[in-house]
Amino acid sequence: MNHILEIKELQKSFEDFVAVNGVDFCVEEGKFFSILGPSGCGKTTLLRMIAGFLEPSSGSIKIRGDEMIGISPNKRPVNLVFQNLALFPMMDVGENVAFGLKRQNFSKSEIDKKVKNILKKVHLEGYERNNVSDLSGGQRQRVAIARSLVLEPSILLLDEPLGALDLKLREQMKIELKKLQNDFGTTFIYITHDQSEALVMSDRVAVMNHGKFEQIDTPKNLYANPKTSFVASFVGETNKFEATLRSNRNSVITKEGIEFKVVLIDENITSDCKLFIRPEAVVLFVDEKMEDMNFFDLNVKTILFDGSNTKVLATINNSDHEIMVSLPQNRRFSHVSEGEIIRAGVHVSDCKCYE
Amino acid sequence: MSKHTKFGFYIFFVPIFLWLFLLIVLPHIELFLMSLKYENDMGDMVWSLQNYKEFFVEEIYWLTFVRVALYAILVTFLTFVITFPIAFYVTKVVSPKYKGFLIILLLMPFWVSELVRVYGWMILLRESGVINYFLTSLNIIDKPIEMLYNDVSMIMGLVYTSMLFMVVPLISSLDGMDDSYIEAAHDLGASKFIIFFKIVIPYTAPGIVSGAIVVFMLTLGNYLTPNLMGGKNSLWFTEQIYNQFIASFNWNQGAAFGFLLLVLSSFIIWLGLKLSKQSLTKALS
Repeated sequence: MNHILEIKELQKSFEDFVAVNGVDFCVEEGKFFSILGPSGCGKTTLLRMIAGFLEPSSGSIKIRGDEMIGISPNKRPVNLVFQNLALFPMMDVGENVAFGLKRQNFSKSEIDKKVKNILKKVHLEGYERNNVSDLSGGQRQRVAIARSLVLEPSILLLDEPLGALDLKLREQMKIELKKLQNDFGTTFIYITHDQSEALVMSDRVAVMNHGKFEQIDTPKNLYANPKTSFVASFVGETNKFEATLRSNRNSVITKEGIEFKVVLIDENITSDCKLFIRPEAVVLFVDEKMEDMNFFDLNVKTILFDGSNTKVLATINNSDHEIMVSLPQNRRFSHVSEGEIIRAGVHVSDCKCYE
Repeated sequence: MSKHTKFGFYIFFVPIFLWLFLLIVLPHIELFLMSLKYENDMGDMVWSLQNYKEFFVEEIYWLTFVRVALYAILVTFLTFVITFPIAFYVTKVVSPKYKGFLIILLLMPFWVSELVRVYGWMILLRESGVINYFLTSLNIIDKPIEMLYNDVSMIMGLVYTSMLFMVVPLISSLDGMDDSYIEAAHDLGASKFIIFFKIVIPYTAPGIVSGAIVVFMLTLGNYLTPNLMGGKNSLWFTEQIYNQFIASFNWNQGAAFGFLLLVLSSFIIWLGLKLSKQSLTKALS
């Protein structure tokens, strides 16, 4: 496969801390690649190094095989969509989109044609003479993307561009961004702390923590088979138990004294470990004849109604440890109410243990 | 309007109205009427436009005005050229830790009066001044040079006097500019030169315009600096007005000159705003 971006042992340290600590990855041509991590994990520093605003302390950045270190941002074949979009307020939509083209000495008629075309593609046909401050949040978003894409960059970098939008618009823009990426076929590198944005849009996601990549995988794999405890707890909702490994090495006892048969993800666990169970892995009203299951009682405390995403907050086996369990909204479970005690179970393969 | 807000309105309106009317409008009406009176051959005061005609007929008057206006434009431009890098450095380059301190340093010289500052320059530049002392004692020159009383030293003094009024609006408008505009332009392929002329200057235009208007008006209406630092040939238009009132005791002529200064300088500012496609309300907001 064709690697458009190759990053090797990239490192960036500031005076007293290391923001990016030896990152290696490749991005394939035409893919939607996301970097997901909590704030302060170094993802913005990484993006700014790719864009050229920061010089790495060491390592290499290659785009289509060409080394980018030492090349200024205006000479790199990448464009960045800023977090606050940075649309120039003193220019109208057309001038904003044409800004980059004018720097490349296209003729006036060519620029007009390209601007018209790109605005059509982002569904803003005829908005050339509109003032950027008169546009809605979603429209401004699309102008910012058009302004970068009109230059036909090898890679489009996006720095949490949906952060400032309200929830409804964000959901809409997620789908729209994915469609735009499909239409243009440009490689997108998208930075976010919102795991749902990363999972919905991306072909591949890198989870970043403390300046390092914890795992690079497809969204599905990331969710189903997290490789580290950080990924398990950061991507998607999960229930966490502090536990101790038993000597048979296939079960643990949690701090609350409940025994779980588990799968060990980190083979070198000695004693203390963390157990993660996804809310949807818990089977309610379980058939006790099933094999390879852990069984327990759930004491329903609260029902957190959220449509298709409704959950039950329950304590487990008379302890006061609360866990979240998905409550599918079909008739089978409509009778579940607060105070009820339910027999529940979870398959061994869904009980993942990390160091 | 309720009774309550009406009361509040008057509290603010009355002092401003009194100030504008008693101290600005009333004296100007008096001056305007005075400027239209002319002593005819019989020694009687008659209504006439002769005082205004005098300005255009006598070369010395309108040439002084044109020269002063051109110098004021030059001073405004030089002030901008000198203060813009300073404002840019303070707001965008230096660490925010030192920003407040640097701004205080910029403002400090303006805590003393203009007179003291001009005397400061005179102590440095005069024939027996500090600079001449060092140059002669280091044997760079044989005998002291007179550096005062010429147009160059006067322009320098005027620029120095005006700097504060340019640097403050520049700092506040550069402060309001997000760094991401500069980065975005750089990212879209613009060179530093293009970023400066296409992004930074247009963005800060309202600040530049408000600074320029203040500096231009203050320079045109300055009396002290040209009088103390300028030479015999550096006659400022305000000195012409002063001469009419005090030396010639021709108050009518002086009043006419005062009005011409007001009208012509307003016209130049209007023209400047038209040419730079800026609006006054935007610049002053």
